[in-house]
Amino acid sequence: MTSSSASGDAALPDGLSDSDLLDMYRTMVLSRNLDERVWLLNRQGKAAIAASAQGHEAAQIGTIKALDPSRDHFLIYYRQFTAMLGLGTTPSELLSGFLAKKGEPMSGARQFPLHGAHPRVDLFSFSNVVATQLPHAVGVALADKMRGSDAVTIVFFGDGAASQGDTHEAMNFAGIHGLPVIFMCENNRYAISVPIHKQMPLESVAARASSYGFPGVSIDGTDMLAAYEAVSAAAQRARAGDGPTLVEANVERLLPHTTDDDHTRYRPGDDIESMKTRDPLAVTRNMLISRGLLSDAEAGQIEAEAKATVNAVTDEVDALPYPTTESMYEHLFAGSRSQ
Amino acid sequence: MSQKTVIKAVRDAMLSEMRRDPDVFIMGEDIAHRGGVFLATDGFVGEFGEERVIDTPLAESSIAGIALGAAVNGKRPIAEIQFADFVWPAINQIVGETARVRYGTNGRKSAPLTVRVPYGGGVRGGLYHSQSIEVLFAHTPGLKVVAPATPYDAQGLLVSAIRDDDPVVFLEHKKTYRLVRGEVPDGDYSEPIGVADVKRQGGDITVITYGLMLHYVLQAAQALSEQDRVEALVMDLRTLRPLDRQSIAQAARHTGKVLLVQEDTPAVSVLSEVSAIIAEEAFYDLDAPVMRVGPPELPPMPFSPVQEAAFMPSPEKILAAMRKLAAT
Ligand SMILES: Cc1ncc(C[n+]2csc(CCOP(=O)(O)OP(=O)(O)O)c2C)c(N)n1
Repeated sequence: MTSSSASGDAALPDGLSDSDLLDMYRTMVLSRNLDERVWLLNRQGKAAIAASAQGHEAAQIGTIKALDPSRDHFLIYYRQFTAMLGLGTTPSELLSGFLAKKGEPMSGARQFPLHGAHPRVDLFSFSNVVATQLPHAVGVALADKMRGSDAVTIVFFGDGAASQGDTHEAMNFAGIHGLPVIFMCENNRYAISVPIHKQMPLESVAARASSYGFPGVSIDGTDMLAAYEAVSAAAQRARAGDGPTLVEANVERLLPHTTDDDHTRYRPGDDIESMKTRDPLAVTRNMLISRGLLSDAEAGQIEAEAKATVNAVTDEVDALPYPTTESMYEHLFAGSRSQ
Repeated sequence: MSQKTVIKAVRDAMLSEMRRDPDVFIMGEDIAHRGGVFLATDGFVGEFGEERVIDTPLAESSIAGIALGAAVNGKRPIAEIQFADFVWPAINQIVGETARVRYGTNGRKSAPLTVRVPYGGGVRGGLYHSQSIEVLFAHTPGLKVVAPATPYDAQGLLVSAIRDDDPVVFLEHKKTYRLVRGEVPDGDYSEPIGVADVKRQGGDITVITYGLMLHYVLQAAQALSEQDRVEALVMDLRTLRPLDRQSIAQAARHTGKVLLVQEDTPAVSVLSEVSAIIAEEAFYDLDAPVMRVGPPELPPMPFSPVQEAAFMPSPEKILAAMRKLAAT
């Protein structure tokens, strides 16, 4: 089901104001600019590796806007760059992960960017191993259900991750126990190079939800309002004790899988051309303009502010030292150093 | 003190911890109304309800992975893997994920999770109900690995494992479950993780072992004493990670002659590491090369009784090795 809200003529979803929409757009623009900068820093040899959220921004910002960072749990994977910014991660915190600098807040720069645990929000990503986070999310939700908490757990994963056994095991258990968890699949139709039709014989990941006894919804992931509405409904279900929801956001991966990839090797030319028409930044900008919330001049202003921020944090983080080798020995066990 | 079996000790440890701490719960296959295939949780569902005694789907990766999620969200789960032979699907969640949570978040998150794994052979379990899988976990920084052999150690160490703020893989030898009985204190007590224990004093040779083999070694040591008047010091490792380096070195120095006995296949095993520790810490006090008794390098272990017996180290084989070492 595709929402028509991106066309700009529908009423705003409950809980969102005009200024929320502009804030969300501002975060998307900042995300895009910082994301582009990270890729540049990779080409300069400063950022060892980066995945990108380019193409996923609207889905991510709509999703997190529907949740409560003060009580909910966010289990991400490597692509939730925009979600991280939307949840209050500062641009310099994020960038320090890519440059592996001292003070990096998620893992002390032990891990790849975006991995570790957030200093202020209950957001974490323990590993690079695809789909391992789904059982973790179910366990987090199980503990919440046991203690009667009304927190919601959301877990992000890709269409490739949908093929893993852990995904099935996690959804099955969550369905059996009616747990307050949202499975958020950002379906960009590629797992590195493998296209969706070689990943699964169905049209949609969301269709699988019925096998686990809970609803699945498929949305246009370029539409931040559609994401907001779908996740709001899922969160409401979860908080009411009605169990999990699978949300599938259909997005475009505008860049190769990571800085180490070249998607012209496997993406057909017309696919690469057509994906550009589904750039969520352009979609959102047009929506805001047609709602009368944004002028071209204001859009330019937002863009310029983002660029200035990115320039400033690049200089700041570039100048930071690396962590000491000493700190490598910390935190293997509670209150101990490794031998 | 009361006399009990190893399985009763395991059960009592979980029972007392679940009564003491409402955040402790257990999940695994067939553990609720069946009480576990070995009856480790017999009667638990009646006392604690299905909320805290969770019969999971038949899916080991999620047993470990979901327990991990609950652990990072404030619970102290005990995940029961029905048999060690079926822990492989969960290895990714235990070795890859759980072990690295504290380190990978720079100390921000921790995983106070106990994974109980019944293991070991000599029970006519064939290739898929006999395996010793400890080395994989014992090789993993970030895990603690415990392998008790007696009811006293099983109960005391399981209490410590459950209370530990970091993940512990708790290995229970299936053959010891009902075979081995012993005294266990009645009140609340625990044994520290990471400390080896001398189970028999002796000044002539040192034998280091763990698990079921401890009992075979003690039997052989008794025979050696009676028949040859040779006294063996017997050390039970009890914890396989971290190994108790100091006690191992001390036991090696005490007699200068060391025999290592294990049920797991010897190549690249826990006792290979013990041998390295002895070489590093006690080389100049040795009077003979370190010797080992273990099974052949074959997949553990044949189902046929004759082959199974030939595969397993026995008190007789251990006694023969002890004699050889004593004579060098
Ligand atoms: C278990 C596992 N297998 C393989 C990989 C290597 N790998 C990293 S990302 C990836 C593709 C993931 O695709 P998808 O889940 O669709 O997410 P996307 O990157 O498209 O957002 C692969 C194969 C891995 N990290 N983990």
